[in-house]
Amino acid sequence: MIERYAKTVLRFRWLVIALTVIVMLLLASGGRFLVFTNDYRVFFGPDNPQLLAFDDLQETYTKSDNLFIMMEPDSGTVFDKPTMAAIVDATDRSWQIPYSIRVDSISNFQHTRAEDDDMFVEELIEEPEFFEQADVDRIQAIALDQPQLVNKLVSTSGKVTGINITVELPAPLTEEDMLLSAEDRAAKDPNIALGVAMNAGREMVAQLQADYPEIKFHTTGIVAMNQAFPEAITADAQSLLPMAFLVVIVGVILFLRNVFSMIGTVIVVLFSILMAMGTAGWMGILLTPPAASAPTVILTLAVADCVHFLVTMLQNMRDKMPKNEAIVESLRVNFTPIFLTSVTTAIGFLSMNFSDSPPFHDLGNIVALGVGFAFLLSVFFLPALMSVLPVKVQARDTKKSTLMERFADFVIAQQKLLLWGMAIVMIGFSVLAPKNQLNDVFVNYFDRTVPFRVATDEVTDKLSGLYILEFDLDSGEEGGVGNPAFLQDVEKFERFVEQLDGVQHVSTITETMRRLNRSMHGDDDAYYKLPEERELAAQYLLFYEMSLPSGLDLNNQINQDKSKTRMSITMETRSTQQILEFERQTLEWMEANTPAIATLTTGATSMFTHISMRNIVSMLTGTSIALILISLILLFALRSVKFGLISLIPNIVPALMGFGVWALLVGEVSLAVSVVVAMTLGIVVDDTIHYLSKYLRARRERGMSPEQAVRYAFNTVGVALVVTTIVLACGFMVLAQSNFLLNSQMGLLTAITIVIALIVDFTFLPAFLMLVDKDKKDETSQGEIPLTPAGQTA
Amino acid sequence: MKNTLSQTLAVTLLFSMSAIALAQTAEEKGLDIAQQVSAQNDGFADSTSSMTMTLINRSGKKSVRRMRARTLEVIGDGDKSMTIFDEPADVKGTASLTYSHATKADEQWLFLPALKRVKRISSKNKTGAFMGSEFAFEDISSQEVDKYTYKYIGEEEVDGIAVHKIEAVPAYKYSGYTRLLNYIDKERLVAVKVEYFDRKNAELKTLTLSDYEHHEGKHWRPGRMEMINAQTGKSTILEFSDYAFATGLKDKDFSSNALKKLR
Repeated sequence: MIERYAKTVLRFRWLVIALTVIVMLLLASGGRFLVFTNDYRVFFGPDNPQLLAFDDLQETYTKSDNLFIMMEPDSGTVFDKPTMAAIVDATDRSWQIPYSIRVDSISNFQHTRAEDDDMFVEELIEEPEFFEQADVDRIQAIALDQPQLVNKLVSTSGKVTGINITVELPAPLTEEDMLLSAEDRAAKDPNIALGVAMNAGREMVAQLQADYPEIKFHTTGIVAMNQAFPEAITADAQSLLPMAFLVVIVGVILFLRNVFSMIGTVIVVLFSILMAMGTAGWMGILLTPPAASAPTVILTLAVADCVHFLVTMLQNMRDKMPKNEAIVESLRVNFTPIFLTSVTTAIGFLSMNFSDSPPFHDLGNIVALGVGFAFLLSVFFLPALMSVLPVKVQARDTKKSTLMERFADFVIAQQKLLLWGMAIVMIGFSVLAPKNQLNDVFVNYFDRTVPFRVATDEVTDKLSGLYILEFDLDSGEEGGVGNPAFLQDVEKFERFVEQLDGVQHVSTITETMRRLNRSMHGDDDAYYKLPEERELAAQYLLFYEMSLPSGLDLNNQINQDKSKTRMSITMETRSTQQILEFERQTLEWMEANTPAIATLTTGATSMFTHISMRNIVSMLTGTSIALILISLILLFALRSVKFGLISLIPNIVPALMGFGVWALLVGEVSLAVSVVVAMTLGIVVDDTIHYLSKYLRARRERGMSPEQAVRYAFNTVGVALVVTTIVLACGFMVLAQSNFLLNSQMGLLTAITIVIALIVDFTFLPAFLMLVDKDKKDETSQGEIPLTPAGQTA
Repeated sequence: MKNTLSQTLAVTLLFSMSAIALAQTAEEKGLDIAQQVSAQNDGFADSTSSMTMTLINRSGKKSVRRMRARTLEVIGDGDKSMTIFDEPADVKGTASLTYSHATKADEQWLFLPALKRVKRISSKNKTGAFMGSEFAFEDISSQEVDKYTYKYIGEEEVDGIAVHKIEAVPAYKYSGYTRLLNYIDKERLVAVKVEYFDRKNAELKTLTLSDYEHHEGKHWRPGRMEMINAQTGKSTILEFSDYAFATGLKDKDFSSNALKKLR
């Protein structure tokens, strides 16, 4: 049947080529709908509890999306006239950034002071051009004495200062917005707005840098991080894809030694990518860094399909078969294996839909599409293309791979040693797997080639970081933030948190209360403490709110009905384990000491802290289902429960060992690795299918002994498996060069796992087969239909 | 009020003539209308009212504040006003006294009953959120003609009402706005809508004034003011009731000493 199909394809080869190109162009045209994300929240599913808690916080208080600009004067101190003038200027200009709703700096800090019953609320630095040295000294003393400023907007040393620009982007587009004209929709689109704000911020900083060459400016903040996503994707696309294509070109030429085969492969790979990404565009998939790694992955997987087809075709031609016959024969022999391996690979990737993190659904779906297209192209378009291209080979005698022959000898001779030796190695590495520690430091998702990361490290080191943990403290009653009992609890907790390891700054309403109480008592330091009556606290807040300028209100710390307050803790960049420890410590302390306000942390930091564990749990289901489906396919393909079960070992163990190797090499895993098991499962199973089907054919059809069958399997598919493994490993090693940690970890771990899988398939699997498959050959071969028809030369 | 009655009359007269004369620039016409609006409010002597303020956050959650206001008309300068807070309970009895000025900082005193003291507040800011609402102090303090420079934009319709659209640019350096767009009812000469633009000239807030009532046969007062913040999605509704005019309040009722003796 396949033979007839192959002949038809060749007869209408020009039509096939034309049809393919038309369909490809139609699908690829969807690429224009692809949009890059610039919101870190896309990593969290809509039901993620940490995301929901954070959204709630964002609804209640002023949002915390920000741009942060650190100023570092060459003079070594921010407290001199020229720098102060620059701070005032930079603060004023910051208000001009689109979507900015609040700007905080040491210059517009609302300083309260008292002279008897006269209260003054003023900006800390105003009109610095008229300052005398005494004014400069006074301001330095005040600024460095403000807990609200130190280690947040000014360093203890006074060497650097920061301007925090809070932006409020438009709400996500609704379905109604989708009906608007493109122009109106763009105006409401938060993604576009973010880019607008970021670009304005960059232009402003560039201008400031030009105007004040003696000050260094560094830009970070959540907005900067969000904008770094599309930039990282673009940088990756520009460096990784050409590298991957180069790997394919060199690899195929090296192994197939045939230029037109290389051209055919490149075209199939390119078409697969264009069709998959185009379809993703038609489906409205949002490109995130993980999803944007799909082209590299598709490229790698598509090459394997082409190699299988081309190797057989070229071999046939070298055996002096006419080209078209060689193509038909190759198609006949390879159709089913390529189909099966494509299905298992697609299942592995589709199981990513179980992930808790939507970008991995997209990656899985796009790659599964790409794998599907690659299959169709290799059995439909590639044969027609090769028939048209002037492929020439030098006829030569069939030469057996002496290397594989010798390797088979070695495996058969040392089977006991390999069996037990490998068993120990496999178990040894597998037990190391749990030694990996989860670590999702979101800033470190970007490597140091990304400017955002460099700036953030610098700012975190010298002033304060992006690692902010939030507590939403609830008094339980309207106006309850003025309740002395509540305030005292908050203050106790504040004192506890302050002395914890890694804490840089604590922002809390209690500091405002102490400051106001002192000001209301003629700046008497004896009153630098919490007000003791609820009415007093409430009236202080009323007074303070009335005296604050617009944009600097208290809504960033207190909710509307004054029942809750937000405490924000800025930390040095910490590992996930340290954050988990911090969460445990704070919750335990609160439950023991201030049970009335006990609550969990929230915020971006907290979201990323739990993301890996949640994903690992959700992927357990996905991976199990993929494993069951793939095993069923194996049972069907191998027509044997026994061999289906045996295949489980070389299918599952490589991933476990991969993690073991990882534990030794790196020791830390991120969100990305939660999907690696499911993903590699679909890929490594290909090796097992190829090896076992050849082995079984030898046993069943040719009545060979297990030893002979092992030798046969090595001879027929050994080289092809080595070649595809090298191509796959190289492809994923290209992905490992990504500047985005999730992609680079996924690439490296997959590459390691694929290589391990080949080693297991070449050593343990044959040894194990020779151990368990002792001769009862006559029973097993009865009435069984082999996977591939006899006469295959691959 | 800065404009004396005779001045205002003269201007009004001038306006009706100039409708024929046509020799008016957009700036002159804007100022003209602003003065008419201001004029019809002149001569109220003093007024008292009750206010209910409803704060609505992004997710629609509401909280309510109640207060009373007393205003004394000052000829030739900004009015003197007093706000007495009744709810929430923990600020009950807190009162503020403001002498507003067109182009310099207002003078302000605050009485905190829990502290039993009157505090004089020195702050250039009129831009802050009033009681945590979407109203800034400058939005609800006395609206003097001299606080802005005007420009007539054109005629429009707002909810079926024919209006003059006038741009107003704050004269006070520390205002929170770059400009306002006033929509003045042509017939009644009252604002029905105001749009506020922030420091970066982006749309910030929209105020809708409605339920106007005619008092004393000459003064229009809104029964309801709704301020919607376009940037944060929060809003505040201010409702007025119990308007009374010429109640006999004197200058001494608006002194810092009077703050302490309020009920």
